[in-house]
Amino acid sequence: MIGTQEKEQLAETLSSYGKERKSLIPLLEEVQVDLGYLPKEVMQEIATFLAIPEVEVYGVATFYNQFRFVPLGKHHVRVCMGTACHLAGGKLILEALERELGIKVGETREDGEFSLERVACVGCCMLAPVMIVGDGIHPRMTPFKAEEALIPYRQKSDGASSSEEQAGAQ
Amino acid sequence: MTFQEIQNRAKSEWENLQNNAYILIGTATCGRAAGALSTLEAFQQELSRRNIEVKTIQVGCMGLCHAEPLVTISKPDSFRVVYGNVTSELVPRLVEGYIVGDDPCLELALGTLEGGQGEAPYIPELPRFEHELRLVFRRCGYIDPVNINHYIANGGYSSLEKALRRQPEEIIEEVKNSELRGRGGAGFPTGLKWEFCHSAKGDPKYVVCNADEGDPGAFMDRVVLESDPQQVIEGMIIGAYVISAKQGYIYVRVEYPLAVERVKIALKQAEELGLLGDNILESGFGFHIELAMGAGAFVSGEETALMAAVEGEMSTPRPRPPYPAQAGLWGKPTLLNNVKTFANVPLIIERGADWFSSIGTEGSKGTAVFTLAGKVNNKGLTEVPMGTTFREIIYDIGGGIPESKSFKAIQIGGPSGGCIPASLLDTPIDYDSLRQAGSMMGSGGLIVMDEDNCMVDAARFFLDFTTKESCGKCTMCRLGTLQMHQILEAIVAGRAEPEDLNLLFELAEDVKAGSLCALGGTAPNPILTTLRYFRDEYEAHVMEKRCPAKVCPELTAYYILPDKCERSCEHCVLTCPTEAVKGEKGEIKVIDQEKCVNCGTCLDVCPPEYDAVVKLSPISQLPPEDAAAKERGIAQRAQQVV
Repeated sequence: MIGTQEKEQLAETLSSYGKERKSLIPLLEEVQVDLGYLPKEVMQEIATFLAIPEVEVYGVATFYNQFRFVPLGKHHVRVCMGTACHLAGGKLILEALERELGIKVGETREDGEFSLERVACVGCCMLAPVMIVGDGIHPRMTPFKAEEALIPYRQKSDGASSSEEQAGAQ
Repeated sequence: MTFQEIQNRAKSEWENLQNNAYILIGTATCGRAAGALSTLEAFQQELSRRNIEVKTIQVGCMGLCHAEPLVTISKPDSFRVVYGNVTSELVPRLVEGYIVGDDPCLELALGTLEGGQGEAPYIPELPRFEHELRLVFRRCGYIDPVNINHYIANGGYSSLEKALRRQPEEIIEEVKNSELRGRGGAGFPTGLKWEFCHSAKGDPKYVVCNADEGDPGAFMDRVVLESDPQQVIEGMIIGAYVISAKQGYIYVRVEYPLAVERVKIALKQAEELGLLGDNILESGFGFHIELAMGAGAFVSGEETALMAAVEGEMSTPRPRPPYPAQAGLWGKPTLLNNVKTFANVPLIIERGADWFSSIGTEGSKGTAVFTLAGKVNNKGLTEVPMGTTFREIIYDIGGGIPESKSFKAIQIGGPSGGCIPASLLDTPIDYDSLRQAGSMMGSGGLIVMDEDNCMVDAARFFLDFTTKESCGKCTMCRLGTLQMHQILEAIVAGRAEPEDLNLLFELAEDVKAGSLCALGGTAPNPILTTLRYFRDEYEAHVMEKRCPAKVCPELTAYYILPDKCERSCEHCVLTCPTEAVKGEKGEIKVIDQEKCVNCGTCLDVCPPEYDAVVKLSPISQLPPEDAAAKERGIAQRAQQVV
């Protein structure tokens, strides 16, 4: 359920768009930027606003990769799986992060700290393989460096540690 | 304001800039990823600390991505110097040397832009630039992408001004004579498309720019929009004038936030100067452009799917004909071109069709823009005349393969393209020769593969992509790509039978024939080209359970050679993420094959003087008990996945 504050914000966002079908995708994008995901009741509100069936909104939202239906973690980790990153071992990075975070790709950790996602290509092919935490691009990863790169974000949140002792190895 | 006034104002701003020292910092996405924003901050801090007033300007990308962050220092009475790999630590030295003093710090420079400076190379004379011809990219990295005056002072919008004084039919003739073909990949003659749309009946008409650059490994359109967006807008306005459109859309993928931001600013600046709006340059002709953002679907790059997305629908293609030029956006005639196609138009108007068609090959005129990534030294972006060979691009421009490994293949055109083997390295690149080789120009992403890359794995990677991105409309594409992907999964896991190769081939031909749009129609290309040129690799996986490149994890094992292990070193033990490497200090280290996940960390960290970790394929090369443990580990992990 979303709170009153979010509802007010949603109403404000809706009022800045025309009631036309072509507003649907930009609307979904803007709402997702505000809330981090698309709750069911928001999609219902949008359907009412545009006077189209709810199923149309849901259909469009699930068609595009960009839209999410569960909240993201505080630190959203994305691993690039473009061609250059794949050839440079992107899959190994993703596997290392799954092990380290204890979640599978597409999931958010129960403590809400991290979520993990694969992306098709972020266009930084010369720095392959890359991972992105929040907005920060981490270039030329190895499975070991990827684990290490998470340390500052963990310290920022709860100081939890598991593999930090290994950091001195290199 | 008349265009003359706009131009004069822009020119005087540009000249004023040249009369003072200034610093250009490449802050396109690639520069940012390499740390350009910290470099920029370091310059600003150092300049304010010393109380020096020198402008720092954020520019786009010069295409030398391997040397990012890139900085250019310009001084009024001296030559301009380009520096590569400028981290914040180098900043005080450059400020002290070339801003305050007269030492151009040539030991840190990639080269100069004026030449004749002794030991520092003259950038246009670097070996790679002998092969390059920068047209669309000629201003990228030299002008401020969010200052329209920089564009105008360097020739921008004079083509629009010229075009507005001519008849649409004359412009169509010019574009037709230039023999420009669509830069989105399919290569349809642009002039012909413009003519169809011009004579199509319907009102209103629309202009759409396709910037949904979805091919993994391609980023040319991103660089154009981040570095010099106005040329695309100018091209669109000329197109709109020709077909009499009042409304246009630029469809940019959401994964390019910086491109989106810079295009927004560019549109606003063009409106402020009256280059977009109800009465463009007092000509009576009006045109507006809206930015539409993609939402992360590869299929949206297909023209009919893209238009569905702009309309707010699910992005699924529809049968053609009717083509967009007859019935496009909301069923109205629509002129839809790629970013680089529009960017070429102002050039053709400015320099003429004869000049343009003198560049390139018989059937493909002008330049081709490629991004160069993968196993190549000079990763980045290049613009070459059509007809340049792959060998020139990889070795002369790209600087060859790192670590003196051997070249295996070049992948062109992303998931729709194919792999070109060494035997075709001397093929001149144009639309037609690539089609003959079983590939296609596609959007222009080139990925170089070396001996360490497995071609079956590469094909599987692309099929994984197309399977996920198939919109689901056509059965052959939706289920056929899935079936092909499953066969490839079986091959890389050593579970396939010899007849699966024939099945794969048949299926590939059927998916090609049974799909409505180019996504399904070209999805089998990575398989067909690798089967055609690298069948031996497929056979090794199937018959010998061996991965020749030692990539596929089910067929490859890491092994520590006992006689090479130094014993007292513990790098592999400490870094192994699954604690699979065993051995106390002073003992020979051993990999527990059941726990090993093939991440390769032990091989990376083993000091080169010992070089004790090796990759083995097939797994039967391991000692028997290790091989059995490896099989157990693979089986366990396969169950976890299910």
